[in-house]
Amino acid sequence: MSNRIVVDPITRIEGHLRIEADIQDGKVVDAYSSGTMVRLIERILQGRDPRDAWAFVGRVCGVCTTVHSLASCRSVEDALNIVIPPNAEIVRNLMFCAQYMHDHVVHFYHLHALDWVDVVNALQADPKATSELAQSISNWPKSSTGYFSDLQKRIKGFVESGQLGIFTNGYWGHPAYKLPPEVNLIGLAHYLEALEWQKEMVKVHAIFGGKNPHPNYLVGGMACSIGLDDVSAINAERLSYVGRLFEEGKRFVEQVYIPDLLAIASFYKDWGAIGGGLGNYLVYGDLPTNGYNDPSSFLIPSGAILNKDISQVYDVDLREDAQVQEFVSRSWYEYADGDNAGLHPWKGETKLNYTGPKPPYEHLNVEEKYSYLKTPRWKGNAMEVGPLARMLVGYARGREDFKEVVDGALAKLDVPVTALFSTLGRTAARGLETQLIANWAMDFYEQLLTNIRNGDTRMADTSKFNPERWETSAQGVGHTEAPRGALAHWCVIKDQKLENYQLVVPTTWNASPRDPEGKMSAYESSLMDNTPIADPEQPLEILRTVHSFDPCMACAVHLYDEEGKQVNRVKVL
Amino acid sequence: MTPSSNRPTYYEELRQKGYSRRDFMKFCTTIAAYMGLQASGVAQVAEALKSNSRVPVIWMHFQECTCCSESFIRSSHPIVADVILDKISLDYTETLMAASGHQAEAAMHKTMEEYPGEYVLCVEGSVPVYEDGVYCCIGGRSAVDILQETAAGAKAIIGWGSCACNGCVQAAKPNPTGATPIHKLVKNKPIIKVPGCPPIGEVMAGVLVHLVTFGRIPELDRIGRPKAFYSKRVHDTCYRRPFYDAGLFVESFDDENAQKGYCLYKVGCRGPMTYNACGVTRWNNGVSFPIQSGHGCIGCSEENFWDNGPFYRRLTNFPGFGIESNADKIGAVAAGVTVAGIAAHAIGTNLRKKKLIDGLVAEGKESDQALS
Repeated sequence: MSNRIVVDPITRIEGHLRIEADIQDGKVVDAYSSGTMVRLIERILQGRDPRDAWAFVGRVCGVCTTVHSLASCRSVEDALNIVIPPNAEIVRNLMFCAQYMHDHVVHFYHLHALDWVDVVNALQADPKATSELAQSISNWPKSSTGYFSDLQKRIKGFVESGQLGIFTNGYWGHPAYKLPPEVNLIGLAHYLEALEWQKEMVKVHAIFGGKNPHPNYLVGGMACSIGLDDVSAINAERLSYVGRLFEEGKRFVEQVYIPDLLAIASFYKDWGAIGGGLGNYLVYGDLPTNGYNDPSSFLIPSGAILNKDISQVYDVDLREDAQVQEFVSRSWYEYADGDNAGLHPWKGETKLNYTGPKPPYEHLNVEEKYSYLKTPRWKGNAMEVGPLARMLVGYARGREDFKEVVDGALAKLDVPVTALFSTLGRTAARGLETQLIANWAMDFYEQLLTNIRNGDTRMADTSKFNPERWETSAQGVGHTEAPRGALAHWCVIKDQKLENYQLVVPTTWNASPRDPEGKMSAYESSLMDNTPIADPEQPLEILRTVHSFDPCMACAVHLYDEEGKQVNRVKVL
Repeated sequence: MTPSSNRPTYYEELRQKGYSRRDFMKFCTTIAAYMGLQASGVAQVAEALKSNSRVPVIWMHFQECTCCSESFIRSSHPIVADVILDKISLDYTETLMAASGHQAEAAMHKTMEEYPGEYVLCVEGSVPVYEDGVYCCIGGRSAVDILQETAAGAKAIIGWGSCACNGCVQAAKPNPTGATPIHKLVKNKPIIKVPGCPPIGEVMAGVLVHLVTFGRIPELDRIGRPKAFYSKRVHDTCYRRPFYDAGLFVESFDDENAQKGYCLYKVGCRGPMTYNACGVTRWNNGVSFPIQSGHGCIGCSEENFWDNGPFYRRLTNFPGFGIESNADKIGAVAAGVTVAGIAAHAIGTNLRKKKLIDGLVAEGKESDQALS
């Protein structure tokens, strides 16, 4: 006899996620993932100026800020045949890198760490032993006995106040916490340091995009003109600022994030055999070094892997009708020709059809429709997207830089390659990817300086900014790799207005409900994969696996054109 | 509003952390200056920080994108670690709290029961009211219900961002889910509106610090925004304003005038109709703000700004815009084209400014040449 538990709200994520799981004999035996909030931004976009779309879709998510704006600009530029100047590409890459470094660090410390680090237990640590341990794993200067001792006193006072704030009702003392007190104290110290650090990294966005969250983008390039002789433009002072931010960011990643990740992971090696799930991985690729229209130049290569077989990588085509399709058989929508159909986003057809219980409710009817997320499939396969998918595809494509960081980490942790297909693998991949990104950012920065030195200061191509110069109808697709995984936007422009606009988003891939064949998506499948539950009243293990995906629900839930317009296939790049 | 606990005061905590009284007074002076207080206000701040314990805060998330929470953690003064460890007790926030599910809800209810009339309710996001509220449910309950329940016992409510204050993007036409700002749903409670998409991090922390430090809400304007941050137009505090007055405009992005940092009015800047602190406080600890980085203001703190587009169409009509009908003509004159029917005085004044700037630019070039 199984026991149904509900975890809602899942906290330390973006948005509103609900997990219902059946527990039997201390294991998850069935799992249902539901998104419970919807805003219909795609519907709102219809009839708008395509040049404004980046701002609207940017507001899909303030955690993955910039990524939707980037995909949107690329989608509209694709439709209008605009090629942005090399400097604009580099600036977009730099903003991309800053976003990853920020987002992955914040995820690790502020959204995920409390699943592994017992804050209250850190009070038992010996500051001297903590200091020695910290210095043995990193050169990070804040590691003296006094530093840890002061921090511990501060936290002790906080806990003794009885007002635990954000730490209230955590699963402290849960048997699944395995870290020694000293590692817990290091984790807690860096939780607070990372909270202070993260506000620095995003200053890159403020310099190029004016603010963060939600920096400004521009169809045709970027708005931040280069003007070495003007105080208002990107000049030597601004460029130096960017260089310093990336240097310091890289130092934090290398001296704090990565050592902590490996230290913590070494106590949780058993999680290298838990939460693997699908074994299918999908990547669209990003970080062009020779323009967005040359996918072979991407530092993050695209591709698909099936059944954990890294000997073969399949090519992905976002324009082909039978590759990416979406289903609504278990989602609160309906299709005109029956809910079992799968539709390519360009033929996206959606009508909202909420059939769930009227709130307040105890349980969803998971035998029927149970989520505002649609269910995307690649050639009919459920796919996992995100850092693990990217590291695996890079590795399988034979890229030396990917191999070096992956093999290095496996060796340090002394675990086999198969440990990658797991909750631990997902969390580790995020860190390893950040290491790569931090290095690439320095290369992009140097490239920008070189371009300017060589006299190229162009930042935008505005030759087609005026809508009067557009074709009567046009359509495009723009893709990127969001920190949480593969992201693409499709747009259809008619008479200078958006006729249709659609997004297929990373968390939609990962957190969606079942498809018409009953196949699970990544969250549900991973929870079903060997996840132990020591105490159903405190389902810490569920949080570990769900958080390893870094859920972003506001991104995942969206609604397409209510009339279900038919859209033709667009040209291939 | 002091919770009944034996907590040390903020001052005591600072002393425990090794700060001197001198450091403490310096901090108070900064805070006082930040809040626009006179020197006499410093003592008031110091007194407040020596006596208050942490104020319980419940932070709800409804129809939102979490950009407000993200912006909040970007605050540089005070830094957020200090806010949540020392100033407030952030007892419920889905973004940061350790507990999930029942334990998270229990934390919220505990605060509501222990501190009725004392806790501050922060709301991030709008509330969808169509179809019995099914478009946003948390723990099986609708956002409409949860808002009413948590608002009932709150001392005050802070509406973070344009979602809570105006409905923001999901309330743009045709507002398909019935996204509604909180002031339309909650009556008889003081509501502080902090609009923006998102608001500036330091502004958010500043509003909380004001509440905690003085135990009362900051002075608000007629629509409920703190006067300290929303009483001036971006246009009036913009460092590019002299170019506007002189009729020197960016004509298209990345043109020669853009590289010189001229006014962005002609490429759609909403600064003339937007009330916000961007021109003064700027973003991310003062690093920049949209106009400084070459893009016009999109007016994200103003009601209905999404429907006031397209963003790249210049404004044609806004209050206090003395020369709007002539902005083009000024540009045309500057380009050497004769235009009839110029409002002589206004344009004359601005042409003089333009000449002055042109002159100074020329002078700069000459000195440049002399040096090389």
